[in-house]
Formats: sequence, structure tokens, C-alpha cells
Amino acid sequence: MGKTLSEKVLSEKSGTDARAGDIVIAPVDLAFVQDTTGPLTVRQFKEVKHGRLANPQRTAIFLDHAIPSPNRELSNDHKFLRRFADENGCLIFEGGSGICHQLVAEMFANPGDIIVGADSHTVTAGGLGAFATGMGSSDIAIAFALGKTWFRVPETFKISVSGRFQKWVDVKDLVLHLIGALGADGATYKALEFNGDTVASMTISQRLTIANMAVEAGAKVGIFPSDNVTRRYLAAQGRGNKYRALQPDADANYERSVIINTSELEPMVAMPHTVDNVAPVNMLAGTKIDQVFIGTCTNGRLEDLAVAAAILKKKKRHPSVRLIIAPASQQVLTKAMRIGYIQVLAAAGAMILPPGCAACLGLHQGVLGDNEVCLSTANRNFKGRMGNPEASIYLASPATAAASALTGEITDPRKVS
Amino acid sequence: MMPDKILEGKAFKFGDSISTDHIIPGKYANLRSNLSELAKHVMEDADPSFAEKVKHGDFIVAGKNFGLGSSREHAALIIKMAGVSAILAKSVARIFFRNAINQGLPVLICDTDKIDGGDKIEVNLNTGVVTDLTKDSKLTFGKIPKVMLDILDEGGLVPYITKHGNFEL
Repeated sequence: MGKTLSEKVLSEKSGTDARAGDIVIAPVDLAFVQDTTGPLTVRQFKEVKHGRLANPQRTAIFLDHAIPSPNRELSNDHKFLRRFADENGCLIFEGGSGICHQLVAEMFANPGDIIVGADSHTVTAGGLGAFATGMGSSDIAIAFALGKTWFRVPETFKISVSGRFQKWVDVKDLVLHLIGALGADGATYKALEFNGDTVASMTISQRLTIANMAVEAGAKVGIFPSDNVTRRYLAAQGRGNKYRALQPDADANYERSVIINTSELEPMVAMPHTVDNVAPVNMLAGTKIDQVFIGTCTNGRLEDLAVAAAILKKKKRHPSVRLIIAPASQQVLTKAMRIGYIQVLAAAGAMILPPGCAACLGLHQGVLGDNEVCLSTANRNFKGRMGNPEASIYLASPATAAASALTGEITDPRKVS
Repeated sequence: MMPDKILEGKAFKFGDSISTDHIIPGKYANLRSNLSELAKHVMEDADPSFAEKVKHGDFIVAGKNFGLGSSREHAALIIKMAGVSAILAKSVARIFFRNAINQGLPVLICDTDKIDGGDKIEVNLNTGVVTDLTKDSKLTFGKIPKVMLDILDEGGLVPYITKHGNFEL
């Protein structure tokens, strides 16, 4: 019997014949934290006797959630993390560098790698063929100290994607549709493995968006094959030597198979307060909104800003809507300025925030008021997520978000452009 | 196997899809290095009075997919700090499950529909039996993988690795 992508990576790394259901110990290629999970991780790391970093150059701290710092407590947490990096020789990425998952994709994640991070959206790196999963602070503290961790080898759902997207329908609509079909716990402990003609032609940016949201169906990883698209991306990021082809075996064993035809997909929206509460945008058309947020590890990449700029070019946001844009990394911001997307978005009345998580987690930079409604390109719409349990969050694609920013209500992007 | 480990307390009932944002919202990230203050907000967006009412030994009894969302281990940590002796749920999100065990907080998968808020509950961790003392009824809970039982027995992952120096599978 052949192997799934997850079984292949975990077999190779653990030196065992890893099969779904097995428990294996495997070395990690990168272990990382961000600024809101990092301090607890570091304190737990310090509790482990003989606590030395196993691989300082494969240990990273990203300051991205609370940047620039909104208060003294978080500023002190940042100081604490900087000092730890200084004393232990690990990598640290200062505020403004970008969101951890985007930087992991730009600089670290390679096909066949194992990546663990103290952030649930660590799954994003699956877009590059890495087995990447989120864990808590204790697990990451131990991965820091030992350079390895334990995994239960997941059963795999095969997600086969074919067809051509309609104009202004994209992978965000696909992944919202998929989560709606599976349910928010439909893939708990499982791997989602993507394949099919449409996947082969997807950009890495698109693959990262889909992999990013695998955790919203409960999955442990969302993993893509590594192919020529992966090779070109790695070469463009200066690590072409890290490319390797990676495909599942034709006779691999899948627990479940899901087929999606993108030609039939419409723009989708996740309604409050769970990500699997999805509906086609037309069912929600006319819902008044107060804020639009375009950014995050899901949709803050160059291609996302390009879509927003195309829809907002030479137009203005609706006067009653705040439009917030946060590029996912410095690289994204710099390219978006060079091409002119940022200028277009600023002229449309957007607030441009520094590369980081921004309003996504309710800490700052766009906290909602009572009974306010936000349309966001992020990955979560839980009650209280954007800082106020009395507010509502709808999730959608950059195209739907930009179109809705023009009208002040949830709007089908096919109708404004 | 350790001697019979019996937990006893009152049930606090919650519904499906209690996320880590219900347990401890991201807006309190500034308190994450001040755990005793952070713990005052435990379960705030699901039940604002929970932190005041919960007593040492009590149980959180929830529906499907408890703890979905963020990897913030503070969620499991402050539930434990509140005195909760175990979480009973129909299902639990993957990262939260690992985090709870890593904090030495048992998570037991069972049909929680049969338990009402306020019921007196007894859990035998070794036999896998939950007894609802109020209703005089019994439930069984799903098996926990051995690696997790071993971590639980040591009181969490950091004490486990401190003692053993490595994973022993």
C-alpha cells in the first residue's frame, strides 16, 4: 500500500514506516513562536532542566501580533523575547517584518519539511509541501529544547479540485465552501491533502490561503504536492536548491475523498460566529457593514492586494465604511508599493497598516464597537474575535471585501466590476 | 497504572463550538505574562460569571469541538488555574486537546448530553467511568493515547521531559 503526503514526510523524518494512526517521534526543521505565545513558551523552556536550544538557527521568534505595541505589558513581552533571542542565539523577526506564517513561507518552508509553531495557522506552510502544524507553548518549548516532537500520523482526506474559477471567484471561496461542507470539526486530527488539475495550476499564494484555513475544519495539516509551481516559487525566493518533487503514491489510502468543481463555485461568505456557517454571497447581499479588513495570513499577500486594487481603482470607499489594509509582510508591502497597489488603495480611502496581524485577533488596530459588523478576509469569525463579543464578523475573499467596501453592504464582486 | 484516581465536583455546562476566544479572548494578550490576572477572565465570552462561581474540583461539560481556534495554551492553563479538574466534551479540537494534557488537565470524550449543569459528577480516570451522582447514571469516556496518559501522569509535558529527558514511546 502506498503513502499519503503526510505518511511520506513522517516516514522519512522519523525513520519508520509511518502509517495513519501510528505515533512517531520526528526532528523538526523549524520551531517557532509569535509574540503572544512566545513568553509562555520561553518560561516553560526555562523550566526544562538542561534547557539549551537544540538548534538555535532553526528556532525563530516573530513579533507580529501586537506591533507596534499597543501597551506597556506587550512592550515588556517584546523586550523579554528580544532578550531571550539575544542570550540564546535564535532568530528573531522584529515588528514590521511581517506575519509569522508569511515569513515562514518566504524564508523557511520547503517541501518535505516538518514545521511546528505556537500558532494554529502554522498549517499555512503546507502550501509548499511541508508537514506544518500548530501546537501550544509546552510542545514548542520541548521542540526548542529537544529539536523534535511526537506526532500521531493523521488519516488523510483527499480533496480533488478541478474546473476553472469564474471571474472574481477564488480560492478563498473554495476553502470556505470546503469548510462549510466538512464542518468546523469535520476534519479534526486529519490531514487535508489537495490534488487535481486546478491545484496543479494554483500559485503558491493561492495554496497558502487554502492550507492556512485547513485548521478551521479541525485539520492537523493542509498539505499540497510539490511541483513546478513550488520549484519556481522557491527559486524566486532564493532557495531553488531546496526544491524537491513530492507527490502522494497513486495507491495511497485515504479515509475520505471530496471532489470540488470550481466552475460551479460562487463567492462565499462565512457568517457569524463560526467559520463553517457559510452561504453564497447573494444570500447576504445588502447586509450593512461598518468595517472592511483586508490582510492576515489568509489573504494579505500581493495577489490579494492586486484584486482589491483592481476593484477599488479610481473609486472611493463608501463613506460609512472604514477600510483597513495590512500587507502580510515587508516583501508584500514593498512589491505592492512598487507596482502601485498601495497608492490605489490609499487613494480609495484605505488605512494602510504595517505588515502584521493587525485587527484579526481583537487586540488593536480595528477593534469593533457594540453591534458593529466587519467583513474580513481573515480566517476566524468567532464571537469576540475582533475584541468585542457584541460585534459580528463575516469572512470573505479579497474581491468580495473590496466590492463591499465600495457599497457599504455585503456585495457580490461580480456585480460591481 | 496508578491507584484509582477519582475526581469529584459540579458540572458547568456549555454548548458546542466553545472557541479559545470564548475561553480567553485575544484582547487580553496584554495579561498573558500576568497569569493570575488573566485567569480572572476565564470563559468570559461564554459565561461572564464562570470565574466567580467555579470551585476547585468542578468540571467543564461541553458539546462538540471544545477549544477550537487559537493555539494559545493559556486557554487550558487558566481553566486549570480556576480549579477545574477535567473537561468532559463530545469532541475537542486537536491543539487544545494536546495543550490540556500538556498542562496536566484531563480531557474526556463522552456523550455529555446526559449531564446537566449543576449535576454532581464523579470521574474515575482509571476505569474510564463518569458517574452522574445527581442522576445516578453512568457514562464511559474514550481511551486516551498512552503517550498522553504518561504525560498526564507526570502532571504535564514540561515535568515529563524534565524527569525523563526525552519522549519514551
